[in-house]
Amino acid sequence: MRVSFRLNGDWVSVDVEPGEVLLDTLRLRLGVRSVKRGCERGECGACTVLLNGEPVVSCLLLTAQVDGMEVTTVEGLRSDPLFRDLAEEFTRKFSIQCGYCTPAMLLTAYAYLRKVYEGRKGASAEDIAKAIEGNLCRCGTYPRVVRAVADVLSRLTRAT
Amino acid sequence: MYYRVPRIKYLKPRTLEEVIELLTKIRGSRVLAGGTDLLVDLKTGRVSAEALVDIGAIRELRGVEDLGDRIRIGAATRLQEIVESDVVARELPLLRNAVESVGSWQIRNLATVGGNLCNASPAADTAPPLLAYEAELVIVGPRGTRVVPITKFFTGYRRTALEEGEILKEIVIGKRAWSGWSYIKLGRRSSFTLSIVSVAVLTSTRGGVLEDVRIALGSVAPTPIRAYRAEGYLRGREVSLEVLERAAEIAREEVSPIDDVRASAWYRREMVYRLTLDALKTSLGWS
Repeated sequence: MRVSFRLNGDWVSVDVEPGEVLLDTLRLRLGVRSVKRGCERGECGACTVLLNGEPVVSCLLLTAQVDGMEVTTVEGLRSDPLFRDLAEEFTRKFSIQCGYCTPAMLLTAYAYLRKVYEGRKGASAEDIAKAIEGNLCRCGTYPRVVRAVADVLSRLTRAT
Repeated sequence: MYYRVPRIKYLKPRTLEEVIELLTKIRGSRVLAGGTDLLVDLKTGRVSAEALVDIGAIRELRGVEDLGDRIRIGAATRLQEIVESDVVARELPLLRNAVESVGSWQIRNLATVGGNLCNASPAADTAPPLLAYEAELVIVGPRGTRVVPITKFFTGYRRTALEEGEILKEIVIGKRAWSGWSYIKLGRRSSFTLSIVSVAVLTSTRGGVLEDVRIALGSVAPTPIRAYRAEGYLRGREVSLEVLERAAEIAREEVSPIDDVRASAWYRREMVYRLTLDALKTSLGWS
């Protein structure tokens, strides 16, 4: 079946199996390799993408379901100032070890930063940890991820 | 690729009438709501289906509404929408607290409240609070609309009162002032976890007497349950530690847990006692 959706700003149209999950369409048909295959059952978060701006696991989402919607991966955020700041903070703080969970972790953290900022709320380290609970990191970078997100957030709120 | 959804038809109707028609016409069709349970079950072969009827485009199935004397929640409302709803935060804090503990943000952005109920897992996180609130479930099907109290909805392990061609449309909760509430979910870890035992409590006290109380339990029987005998014991009694302990003992006798990967039946029973006691205390402002 034919499905069309916006991928990182551009409309794409692909032929997919009705039972095909978005993870497979992105990796195998569209060559988006930043979206990682992990548990394939919604438990690890490595396949996270943003669907209309909200993080979702792409392994439990049929490509058919996203027809007409907007899908964002890290490739689509390369020139986004907030995303760049976040990614740089990840490298400065060594919030990455093997890197497998990183694109997904960045997407969740980015969506969370935007949400907190737009809602004009603050976020404690605990709130940040709760937001990224769906992104498993077997290297255990969590404390460094939380610190990176907290620092970006404080810069963001100070700047405005 | 380790997992694959088997060959299946995918349909995305635009109206509720079409949904019911497709479910009635196509043998072996299943409603696809959030998909966070169903797609796992299809991938692992626990469930098989000929066709998936995606209800994602049916707008009347979405949203939380304050109708004055009651709250209406569309069955296909995403769990994250419930977490973020001001109406839910104000009127149904017990439900909000429980829904916040479901899965992860990525899961709650897909999963729906109706899906959580209709999948009818004994561990369904939305069930204990909705059992405690005595929500009414509006069901539509080929023979029209009917309302089933949630206390009659779960008919057995992963079984519900839904009949062929029927779909859960909305959840209606009458407003009522409770003086206290508490929700406790015990898992193998503190976040992104399935429950070993969960307890939802609502209490209403006047002058130290428990006028009304509701206790609902998850993961300790083939379905989510109410601890009616413990409630009956408490109702009308003056609150004391001894009384609460006795009620928790009765609750422990009302459950029928099993041993599984998460915990033993023995442990679950003990935790029903402990957590029911803790939840009652918290709801009364003791801790």
